[in-house]
Amino acid sequence: MTGSPLAAEIKPTVSGAPWRERAEEALIPPLVALLVALICGDLLILSYGQSPAAVYRLLLEGTWGNAYGFGQVLYKATTLAFTGLAVSFGLRAGLFNIGGESQLAAGGFAAALTGLALPVGTPLILALPLCMIAAGAAGGVVGSVPAYLKTRFGAHEVIVTIMLNFIVLALLNWFIAGHLHVPETLHTPEIHAGVLPRLADISPQFHGSAANLALIVAVLAAGVVWFYLFRSRGGYDLRAVGLQPSAAEYGGISVGRVWLRALTLSGMIAGIGGINYVLGYKHYYEDGFASGAGFMGIAVALVGRNHPIGVLVAAFFFATLSQGGLAIHAFVPKQMMDVLQGVVILAVAVSVPEVRRILRGARRRSDA
Amino acid sequence: MNPVTFLTQMIRIAIPYLFAASGGVVAERAGIVSLTLEGFMLSGAFGAVLGANYSGSPWVGVLTGILAGLIFSLIHAVATIRYRADQVVVGVAINLLAIGVTRFFLKLFFDSSSNSPRVTGFGGNIKAAGFDNPLLWLGLLVAPVMAFVIYRTPFGLRVRAAGEHPDAAESVGVSVKRVRYAAVALSGMLAGLGGVYLALDQHQFTDQMTAGRGFIAISAVIFGRWDPIKAAFACLLFAAAETLQIQLQGSHAIASQFIEMIPYALTIVALAGVVGRAVPPAALGKVEG
Amino acid sequence: MKEREEGSAIRMAGIEKSFGAIMANHGASLEVMPGEIHALVGENGAGKSTLMRILGGLMKPDAGRVEVNGRDVTGWSTNDAIAAGIGIVHQHFMLVPTLSVAENLVLGCEPKTRGVVLDYNRAADDVRKLSSETGLVIAPERLVSDLSVGEAQRVEILKVLFRGARILVLDEPTAVLSPPEVRELWAVLRRLRDKGDTIVLITHRLDEVVELSDTITVMRAGQTVARIKTSETTPAEIARLMVGREVSLSAGKRVQPIARPTNVRPDQGLDVRNLGITGSHGVRVVDGVTFKVQPGEILGIAGVEGNGQTELIEALAGLRTVAGGEILIDGSDITRRPVAVRHDAGLSHIPEDRHRRGLILEYTVADNLILGLQKHFAKHGVIDGDRVLENAVEEISSFDIRPPNPVLPARALSGGNQQKIVVAREMGRSFSVLLASQPTRGVDVGAIEFIHQQLLDARAKGKAILLVSAELNEVLALSDRIAVMYRGKFAVVMPSAEASEEVLGEYMIGTKKGNAA
Repeated sequence: MTGSPLAAEIKPTVSGAPWRERAEEALIPPLVALLVALICGDLLILSYGQSPAAVYRLLLEGTWGNAYGFGQVLYKATTLAFTGLAVSFGLRAGLFNIGGESQLAAGGFAAALTGLALPVGTPLILALPLCMIAAGAAGGVVGSVPAYLKTRFGAHEVIVTIMLNFIVLALLNWFIAGHLHVPETLHTPEIHAGVLPRLADISPQFHGSAANLALIVAVLAAGVVWFYLFRSRGGYDLRAVGLQPSAAEYGGISVGRVWLRALTLSGMIAGIGGINYVLGYKHYYEDGFASGAGFMGIAVALVGRNHPIGVLVAAFFFATLSQGGLAIHAFVPKQMMDVLQGVVILAVAVSVPEVRRILRGARRRSDA
Repeated sequence: MNPVTFLTQMIRIAIPYLFAASGGVVAERAGIVSLTLEGFMLSGAFGAVLGANYSGSPWVGVLTGILAGLIFSLIHAVATIRYRADQVVVGVAINLLAIGVTRFFLKLFFDSSSNSPRVTGFGGNIKAAGFDNPLLWLGLLVAPVMAFVIYRTPFGLRVRAAGEHPDAAESVGVSVKRVRYAAVALSGMLAGLGGVYLALDQHQFTDQMTAGRGFIAISAVIFGRWDPIKAAFACLLFAAAETLQIQLQGSHAIASQFIEMIPYALTIVALAGVVGRAVPPAALGKVEG
Repeated sequence: MKEREEGSAIRMAGIEKSFGAIMANHGASLEVMPGEIHALVGENGAGKSTLMRILGGLMKPDAGRVEVNGRDVTGWSTNDAIAAGIGIVHQHFMLVPTLSVAENLVLGCEPKTRGVVLDYNRAADDVRKLSSETGLVIAPERLVSDLSVGEAQRVEILKVLFRGARILVLDEPTAVLSPPEVRELWAVLRRLRDKGDTIVLITHRLDEVVELSDTITVMRAGQTVARIKTSETTPAEIARLMVGREVSLSAGKRVQPIARPTNVRPDQGLDVRNLGITGSHGVRVVDGVTFKVQPGEILGIAGVEGNGQTELIEALAGLRTVAGGEILIDGSDITRRPVAVRHDAGLSHIPEDRHRRGLILEYTVADNLILGLQKHFAKHGVIDGDRVLENAVEEISSFDIRPPNPVLPARALSGGNQQKIVVAREMGRSFSVLLASQPTRGVDVGAIEFIHQQLLDARAKGKAILLVSAELNEVLALSDRIAVMYRGKFAVVMPSAEASEEVLGEYMIGTKKGNAA
């Protein structure tokens, strides 16, 4: 339409309480998704001739109700937190990083190599940062490829990251299968240094669960991401590019440079996530450990509404579903959880634009 | 390496790609991102086995497989066209949903976490090297037929308009929404057929049996510049690489992992424009109100 | 020869149409008699396109009545409109670039053989037949992306004629045509009118209104303000009706001459030399523009929108590449430098589109007030939240931004207050050259006064200000010198004492051509 829309006075689209509105738009979609998931869950459980109430109770007992289960939830949530943070970071800049799985794997691989290269007995205070740097660097390198291709050639990062996933995972497989594996397995030898203490070491009731110090690192990472996004100059520029690239350009921000930074850092965050499995759980790199974590990271970012705190909560939620599936396996197959995960993502994807449309329309009508 | 066996194996491997890529071409040309081919294929594979198992006839399996693909594609269509949800996110969701649903029903119907019972497929005569399978011939025909549809029918013209300049199409009274629904449904059925072929060829359904073939199909679409014939050639190229990998297994000439990478590396190269730019349909991924 | 028909071909009355909070049409009307060329004129944003989209069935009015050939057709669809013989030729071509001329023509009404196959031969024949009938010659196989602008327009016109249009609506058809193409189009339109077709011509080019039309309808701010016979009016009157007399307290006021700062280096201020900018379709949208703005001076650029002002400002601001020429600020050449460098060189910019460029609507008022200034509010990469808030509180009170809450998202504020955020930011930083583009658009009267005073204060402090405004009164009230921009060139530059609405109006519509000194 020719003509500027500013010809007439534009009425505000937000009434007096902005925080309530932001909260509404942010929180309603995940709640809607939760509701939809519950309904679907009920249907699936009933199709197995079981009582939903009983199954849900069993699920909660198996996940939050006992220490081992809770520990497992925390462990799984840690990896999801890292990939979720990575995806949400990219989305804040308007970019879709689907390469979480390969970045995570590359990071874990680098951490394992570092752990092997360091001499036995290296104190954790030295080993952990070094492994993390290696992991972050590996993930960052993988993340920088789509970043470069986008800024230089305009290649869409969605396809490039998906393609790169396959390439990098194949490359890692070649490294392991060819040279570095312990015979009869597809994993590297146990690392000499950088082993992270388990939650069970501190609190014996968690014995057997894989939750480890990486959990703290994940929470700290969320804090760092929050600080970067909302308190730093780089974060101001990044969010500006994600929200309104024309205005960012007008304000002197180099959009291309922000893209490069965003995807590289996103890859870095996912890469560091590799320490959960490698340093905290198995103490070696195993081919395929990252399977599915990238796509679940997308789900976590989406449900967590791209906010570090939301991501942590969402990671915890999805980890609960995953562990819960094992807990209820006697009554309902754990495959039900796979279905629910897909349903939740779909429900959130659909409700985000729909909720926004409904809320803004209702607000406008009430203001008029 | 016998060139004839190489070729026949290559063709057999290419068939699922040909089906799915042809579907992907029409949906993307209409403007809808089709990362969902993997999910459509998987659901088609399961649907085929379900139908074939309970009816004893592979043809029933074909119908149920197509139906399964169609159902998933309609979910995709409604979410992206009616609700205007982000097409990439919905794509990821559909793929995960397909894995979950097929696993769930695999357990429910066949009480297994890994595979279904054996079903009858087509053909079976070793000497025919797979060419006694009617689906194989269908797969070889699907790309030329799709080319015909896109370039020589009114529907194809509207698809091309919807993907490049939907406003222009609307301005002459073409319902872009309807065209896109049809295109996505078509992609679901075709990709489903790809899964049907796969499952019936292996005579069973195994968990996540598509193993990324849907992504190779979308790579073929991109590498083939969204043209059905070029995408078909890309499918053959990728299938050739895969055949090479299988035949070279154990010979240590080139590590198989590198051959595995070929389709994906080529797609990135196409996107980066090293050998001519791969420019997608202008309206791909954007759904206006 | 005109057919004698009772009643009007088109009658639209009381049309209301809003998009969210934006009222595109508010009391708009139109009456077109059959067999005439009817000009629908008005500035950008006057609501002409919206009105025509309602006529064409692309959207439904919120209120009002639409009649075509005496029949009530309010709220009909595009298919109905096409079937009734209405054809809209859009300003931004509705042609699919990757398809051929014939394919674009038959899209939606494709000829078929055997029900399924598209009959390309028939389509091509149809194109050729229509071409020879109307004199609009174009080869059917050519790809639209290969066509020149004039040729693409020919296809657009053929498209509507192909569907049997007897009432044609052309939206700004000559905006992107070269003079010979323009004359060609005029000949086509006259031929169609003589054949008995009815033509509605949306335009803001008054020379073509005067040359071509039989009747004129003028729109302003979503309303219809006048309907007159072309033979009974003058270009000056048309211009006045279009541009409007704003209820502004500065009407009639002029700037007081001030003492120019004395120790001014000759290279200070803004220096633009032979600037050329190429737009889409390869057309020169800015052509050899040269001027200087001295410190302590406001140079106002008047002109109907669409004559290159937008592109000129974008190029000066660093948001558009230049094809040729130089831009200097205080002597340093910033022609191809990025935005951040221009900021450092002393440039400030109030953009004409605050929603797209000037503000990040999801950001708070405080955060918007530091856009482009981040480095002054950050230490070691961390933004000093306290200083940002301090700055916000200060600017909110100096500029009376309401509501005075620094943490509200910018989209919560009214248009006028949003503009105040932009003005506060751009004039609050240190600068020597200010680009002010439509600075009071969509702003309430009180705020307009305030912003005008800010501009005059900056001028008194020795800043060089380039003002672009579609409001003639604003330009007259504030400028020391006034330039009129017409078709990418400066038609004239004159001291504001010599300027008046009448004098400028004639340059603005191109009937007078002067020197650009």
